[in-house]
Formats: sequence, C-alpha cells, structure tokens
Amino acid sequence: MTSPSFPFGPVRSVAGTAVALNGDDIDTDRIIPARFLKCVTFEGLGEQVFADDRSERAGAHPLDRPEHRGARILLVNRNFGCGSSREHAPQALMRWGIRAVVGESFAEIFFGNCLALGIPCLQGSHDQIRALQALVEAQPATVFRLEVDTAGLHSDGGAAWPLELGPGPSQMLRSGQWDATGQLVAHDQELRDTAERLPYLNGFASA
Amino acid sequence: MSAGTLYDKVWEQHRVAELPGGSTQLFIGLHLIHEVTSPQAFAALRDLGLGVRHPERTVATVDHIVPTTSQARPFADSLAEQMLTTLERNCGEHGIPLHGLGSGRQGIVHVIAPELGLTQPGMTVACGDSHTSTHGAFGAIAFGIGTSQVRDVLASQSLSMNKLNVRRIWVDGQLQSGVYAKDLVLHIIRSLGVKGGVGFAYEFAGPAIDGFSMEERMTLCNMAIEGGARCGYVNPDATTFAYLQGRPFAPPAGLAWERAVAWWSSLSSGADAVFDDEVRFDAAQIAPTVTWGITPGQGIAVDEAVPTPDQLHADERPIAEEAYRYMDLRPGMPIVGLPVDVCFIGSCTNGRLSDLRAAAAVARGRQVAAGIRAFVVPGSEQVARAAEAEGLDQLFRAAGFEWREPGCSMCLAMNPDRLEGREISASSSNRNFKGRQGSASGRTLLMSPAMVAAAAVSGHVADVRKLLETPASRSLSPNPEAVLSAACPP
Ligand code: SF4
Repeated sequence: MTSPSFPFGPVRSVAGTAVALNGDDIDTDRIIPARFLKCVTFEGLGEQVFADDRSERAGAHPLDRPEHRGARILLVNRNFGCGSSREHAPQALMRWGIRAVVGESFAEIFFGNCLALGIPCLQGSHDQIRALQALVEAQPATVFRLEVDTAGLHSDGGAAWPLELGPGPSQMLRSGQWDATGQLVAHDQELRDTAERLPYLNGFASA
Repeated sequence: MSAGTLYDKVWEQHRVAELPGGSTQLFIGLHLIHEVTSPQAFAALRDLGLGVRHPERTVATVDHIVPTTSQARPFADSLAEQMLTTLERNCGEHGIPLHGLGSGRQGIVHVIAPELGLTQPGMTVACGDSHTSTHGAFGAIAFGIGTSQVRDVLASQSLSMNKLNVRRIWVDGQLQSGVYAKDLVLHIIRSLGVKGGVGFAYEFAGPAIDGFSMEERMTLCNMAIEGGARCGYVNPDATTFAYLQGRPFAPPAGLAWERAVAWWSSLSSGADAVFDDEVRFDAAQIAPTVTWGITPGQGIAVDEAVPTPDQLHADERPIAEEAYRYMDLRPGMPIVGLPVDVCFIGSCTNGRLSDLRAAAAVARGRQVAAGIRAFVVPGSEQVARAAEAEGLDQLFRAAGFEWREPGCSMCLAMNPDRLEGREISASSSNRNFKGRQGSASGRTLLMSPAMVAAAAVSGHVADVRKLLETPASRSLSPNPEAVLSAACPP
C-alpha cells in the first residue's frame, strides 16, 4: 500500500486510477467493522478497510485486486457511508489511499467527515456512475483527473463527466479551509456573546 | 425554507457567525463524549496546542467497550482497558466530568444525559455518535458528529454546520396494545426509506406523539438517523417538563425553573410554522414491526411475509436480493415462526426502564425456549438499580434471561457480547447491518423489547399481541405456536 501524503492545504484536484464498489446503502459498519474501532489512534485502519467484505470474497474484492492497487478515486452508488458517524470510515479509506469519492449520493455525516479530512465527495447521476463503474471495471488502468473547481472528472482517454459539488464544500476545499478548527476558534468574541445570550448557560437568570 | 419551527428558533439562538464556505458556526450547548470517538480528537487538540473551551459543558461516560458480565478493572481486553484509561486521562487533564463505572451514573451516553437532566429543551447537543438524535425527544437540536468535529467542539464549543430542511411527521391516533414506539419508528423508516430523511430534521408531532412518554419519544428520535435524518425532535410540553423536574442537572425549583419552562415553551413550533415537507401516519394502523433484511428500512408487520421482488420498488430490489442471500430468507415466507438463536434486550434505543417493563410483562411466568441465549442489558446504572428495585432482574432471571451490567453490549461488536457464526438474533437495538453484532455472517432482526421477549419465550419470531392476550401459565404447557412453527420451514 503506497499512500501519498494525506490532504494538506488547498485541495484543487485529485488524479489517479479509480476503483468501483457497487451497491446502495453501504454503511460505515461495512467500511470499517466495529471491532477495529478499538483503538486510540487512526493508524493501521487502512489495512482493515472493508475487512469483512474482503475476507468474504477472498482476494476477489475490488480493493484487493492488483489492477486497483494505488487507486485514488472510489466510485460508489447511493447513500454511501450511511449508519454510524464513525470517522474511522473515511480515515480507513484515506489510509488505504483514497483521495476522492464519486457516487450517486452520500450519507450526510459521512460527507462531512470526508470534507473534514480534505476528501471531496462528488455526486453524479445514476447513469453517469454506472457508466464510470463499467469503464473502470473494463479498463482499470484508466487515469482520471478530478477538478474540484469545475466538479469535472476527466479520463486520460479524453472523456469528461460533469459532476456536482456544493459551492460551500468546493470553496472550503479550494481555499484549504476544509479543516474548520482555525476559523471556529478565531471567532472568540462571537462565541462569548453567544454564550452570554443563551439562558441555560446563565442559570436562566434573565430568560 | 422552514420558518417558525423549533428547529429554526434554536438554530437562530445558537448562531455564532457565518463562515467563508457558506456554512454557519453553531454554538453547542452540551457536548457528550465517550471512549470510542474522543481519543483521536484529544490527540489532535494537543497537536494544535489548544485546550477545551467549555469543559463544564462537556460530559463523558463509558459505554461501547465495557464488558457487561464483570466490570472489574483492568478489563480482560487490554485494548478496551487502554481506551478507558485514555478517556480517564483526557477528562482528568481537561477538567471534564466523567460518569465512570460504579459512579451510579454510568451508562449509554444517550440514556444517562436525559436521566441526569443534562439534556434540556432548546439546547444544541452534539456527540461523536450518530444516535445523538435521541436527545431531540426533549426539543433539543441534537446530532451525531465525526471525530474531527469532536475536536472542533472541544476547541471552540461550536461546529460548522449547514441548516437542514424540516419535515413534520404527524402521527394521528394511538398505538394498539402490543405496539410500541419502536414499531412506529420502524414503520416510518420502512415507509420513507433509509435515505428519505437525508437533508432533513424530522419534527415528530400529532396526537400519538403528544400521548407518548419521554422514553417513547427517545426511542422514536433515536432512530431518526436510521431514516437518514440527522436529527429528530419533539416539541417540549408538560410531559417534558414533568420528566425534567428534580433531575440532578435540571434547573432548580423556583424562579430559575419557572423561567426555564417559559423559555422552553416559547421555542415550540408555532401554529404558523412553515415546514419544507409534511407526511402523515395513523398510529392505530401500525402492527408490531420486524426487520427481515440488512437495513433498518427493510421492515414488515409481524403478520406479513418477506416481500417478493415484485412487491418492491425497482430501486429497492438489488439490496433486497442481497438481503435474501445474507439473511437466508425466501421471498414470500412468513416472518412469524422464524427460529432465532440470541435475544438481546438493551441499547440506547430500548434499554430504559419502560422498555424493560414491557419485556418483563411478556417474560413473566414464561420460560426462555431451549437453546436460546437471552439477555437483558440495562441502559445505565440508574436503569439497572430502578429495575432491580422493582424486582425485574429476578423476574428475568426466573424466566431464563441473563441480567447484565449496563453498556452498549450486543448493539455493536466492541465488547465481549457478540453473535457467533451465522447466529440470528432478535434484537431491540437499532441496526441490522451485515456484521453489526460482531460476526461477519451474523444476522439481526430488529424489533421492540416486548417482541424480543416474545421471541425468546417462543424460540422464534412471534406476534407479541397473542402472548399478551394469553395468560402466561397456559403458554408454559406445550406451546401451540411452537407446534405451528415447526410446520413453517426456516
Ligand atoms: S447502544 Fe448501540 S447505537 Fe446506542 S450508543 Fe451504544 S453502540 Fe451506539
């Protein structure tokens, strides 16, 4: 497993081969089974991503096939990442090597968790995604370039797929402000004002 | 966009600033943490050189990894022990109150915060756990977050959020005997789909909800997330206030209490509230509901058959095909009579006193069927002590159930309680995902605690309404249903 460095600073594009995981409603328990959450760091989760699905398919799982080694873009269907809020799921995908997810739709918490790691999740139509998955299965060596700015996915064969990414997440990724902590902490006075205004933080003295 | 709803009002009150990406910085009134999703957040905080901004608005407990047989330290599992000591160290370092094992207040985070009176109307509540939606039962806006966001809340007591749409789910009528809040929510998810709530907060309202106890409302809101809604809530009312009065962290009696009730009451969605969407259900039409598949939306009434592909929308067929295979169920077969191996009563959905009472009413005077592993795991130390004071532990033990210490237990596989191999469980928890209960091939049927008890004493999925009608002593003799089920192929 050769992971590039984790996202840092502005995320403008993601380039690399892709791997397709077919199926709707793939939940975070499947992405990283709960027993691997028994850890106090995220290190090592890359090896355990989709552990049960992979052992069930004994080497035939897309993530185990040699042609997908080093893939950077994950192609999924509807409601990917539903279920538990565990950030261990995007962490495991990221540590396996995934840097962008393209799918029909995403569970909200999963989408937000990915964004907080600098991993864009882009949406496409059912037909687009099926076509992309079929292409990657037939020609796994295809190299893609995903542009955050235009939400476009381009193949080295010259094909292009217009995808969707909301303006907020897009801007956060491009500006490098996908990691919100700095911004939140900066609003020190506003935080004080809000706390002072909330009746339950002040013993209901002035509600 | 919605307007004048509780969601809108609470959002406005907690708005700190608008952020460059177009999202809102929202103040978090109560931050709940536990051992699983916090260690990496504390580590990140340390790396950034930041402290905890409001340790007094942060509350910790331990639930996911604790064994439910013996809670003696150190735990046999060294990883679990390490997680617990890490939480203890982090709480100690930052001055965060920890309701630990044996404190009398430990339990599943979504059980203890309400019972301690920490969760109150009008608050924003966040926790690194998707079932944080539970706290919406009080008229709080409560949602699950990931570990990066846990770090953000620790550092700033706020989050970067986007406003949700609000869907009102209006429930008329009243549930029939033998039908519970769990059945209602499984029915709602079945109808609206597991993705139906994406982008929405669910407001549960109407005569059925008005008549619900706080514990029933918690069961309902707990599973909003299984329908895709990040939060679910019920407007606060006299039931809410009566529940909170006198709890350790509730406002004290007197002026503070009166002002609190006035503020809480002012937050409810008004008669002129505008919703982005509205759907209606009739509680009287709902039957005990059981999931047969691998998502919480794959539910059927207990007297229905496993759906055939042609009864399903084209979109639902691929996951149904996967579910038939994984669950080893034939389309068209009845769910009643399906043999089970394990019966689990507990979790943040259904591990409260009223849940245990409902299960006990079915177990009373009956016996767990031969070959079944059945156990009851109270949601908190307080629930355990209250149940023991009523003799429920004795009742369950006499019926052949194990009575355990509080924790998440078999809701997920992070402690020693788990399914083995292809075992199939009747479970009062909230997720029937593949492998959720600890065996990569284990199978889960979600249902109400009373239905789990009915399955335990029958040895197979059974309609609890029939057991409630039949005096228990009669069902101790050869069970007509068991004979019937022998004729039903598995
Ligand atoms: S009982 Fe289950 S769903 Fe609830 S907090 Fe524990 S593991 Fe999560």
